[in-house]
Amino acid sequence: MSKQITVPFGPQHPVLPEPLHLDLVLEDETVVDVIPSIGYVHRGLEKLVEKREYTEYVFIAERICGICSFIHSQTYVQGIEQIMGLEVPERATYLRTIWGEYSRLHSHLLWLGLFADSMGFESVFMNAWRLREHILDDLEATTGGRVIQGVCKVGGVRKDITPEKLDEMLKGLRGMEHELNDLTNVFLNDSSMKHRLRGVGVLKKEDAYVLGAVGPTARGSGLAIDIRSTGYGALGKINFKPVVEYDGDCYARCAVRAKEMFTSIDIIEQCIKKIPDGPVDMKVTGAPDGEYFSRTEQPRGEVIHYIKGNGKKNLVRHRVRTPTFTNIPPLVTLLKGVDLADVPVVVLSIDPCIGCAER
Amino acid sequence: MMAAQVITPIGVGDVVSKAGQAKKDGYRLVQIGCTKIGDDFEIIYVYDKDFTLLSYRITVKEDVVIPSISSEYFGAFVYENEIHDLYGLHVSGINIDFKGTFYKTAIKHPFNVTITKEGDSCQNK
Repeated sequence: MSKQITVPFGPQHPVLPEPLHLDLVLEDETVVDVIPSIGYVHRGLEKLVEKREYTEYVFIAERICGICSFIHSQTYVQGIEQIMGLEVPERATYLRTIWGEYSRLHSHLLWLGLFADSMGFESVFMNAWRLREHILDDLEATTGGRVIQGVCKVGGVRKDITPEKLDEMLKGLRGMEHELNDLTNVFLNDSSMKHRLRGVGVLKKEDAYVLGAVGPTARGSGLAIDIRSTGYGALGKINFKPVVEYDGDCYARCAVRAKEMFTSIDIIEQCIKKIPDGPVDMKVTGAPDGEYFSRTEQPRGEVIHYIKGNGKKNLVRHRVRTPTFTNIPPLVTLLKGVDLADVPVVVLSIDPCIGCAER
Repeated sequence: MMAAQVITPIGVGDVVSKAGQAKKDGYRLVQIGCTKIGDDFEIIYVYDKDFTLLSYRITVKEDVVIPSISSEYFGAFVYENEIHDLYGLHVSGINIDFKGTFYKTAIKHPFNVTITKEGDSCQNK
């Protein structure tokens, strides 16, 4: 047996915009064990439910993350609405679904760009982010915000989208599709990408399940875990099938995200065709009294907002289990056996969002 | 509306056996979360199978030692270290025990304090 050495990875590293530390135990250049550390920027946002009224807290819930911000607010308000027994106007559920899928598109494009950059494909990075700008422009035009949208509220949404704008959005997405095809073609078919990603950082299906993997990390290992299948929002009225890959390696996780962008466009298109007329919000009185686990599918996987209220203006507890938090144990497992040089790519392949994990 | 969710109360001594049974029945661990209610702490263990949740709740005092379920679910260590660091509860037998260094917080056990609130009625009454 070779002598073991421990190499620190992070908390500051070129592939990590946020702090995550891994103690990598190596034999020669092979990782044999990993000890993860987070908690460098824990913000304690959940504690603010004790200071902010539950209707105001949606703005804090949205700021848990700067990428999947909209879906955090959607998950939070859905939980409150479940406890209070509110039937939200149907048009609002469609709008939430559209904005949720836009969030997934911009997140996946952001990740594809970063992933390409981590392997030295700088022009691919710039192309991915150029396409992402179109998505952000539509988010800004319809909500007023590129990063934080601020449109979700308990009982509906704050803004409507005109039929003309919906048509324009659909045309824009259709126009983007061939460019997305060109982009994903690089990730899925380029020989050097395949060489870099195939067979690297393999997470077996059974390990992914027991370790609690979610999102593309789980679906890349053959698990069809996608909370959108439960039909929250307007998804129950939309034809949708999760993207699943089976090899469990970096390529599979990348392929899931690349293909999911087209699924998102398809969902948005169906929503735009089916969205009913009507109000987008309702009057809400009183405060939630009860508890609920609200679940949605973020770009990185299943997010859970546990909400507990006692009929007063402040919630008793808001606890968020983010996808990155539950993807840390799978990361520890899939890093074992990889070469040191592959660690940055493998870490990035789970799309870690430390902002979410450090809520 | 989504299906109603049931959280079954269990004793501290049943935590590991329920986790073992859940694993045997094909559930994945979804989360472990803690809530401070007065002087008590509620800890909810949530498992999922085919999008159906299985939830257990224990209610403990601060000095009670909670057994780790990381022997059944390896990934439980992130939740159990979090509960220790934020609430100060002691969880025994964690497979990767950070001994209070999982979160680097300015205040020790910051969630073990309830902020005093002013008034209970909502703006939307």
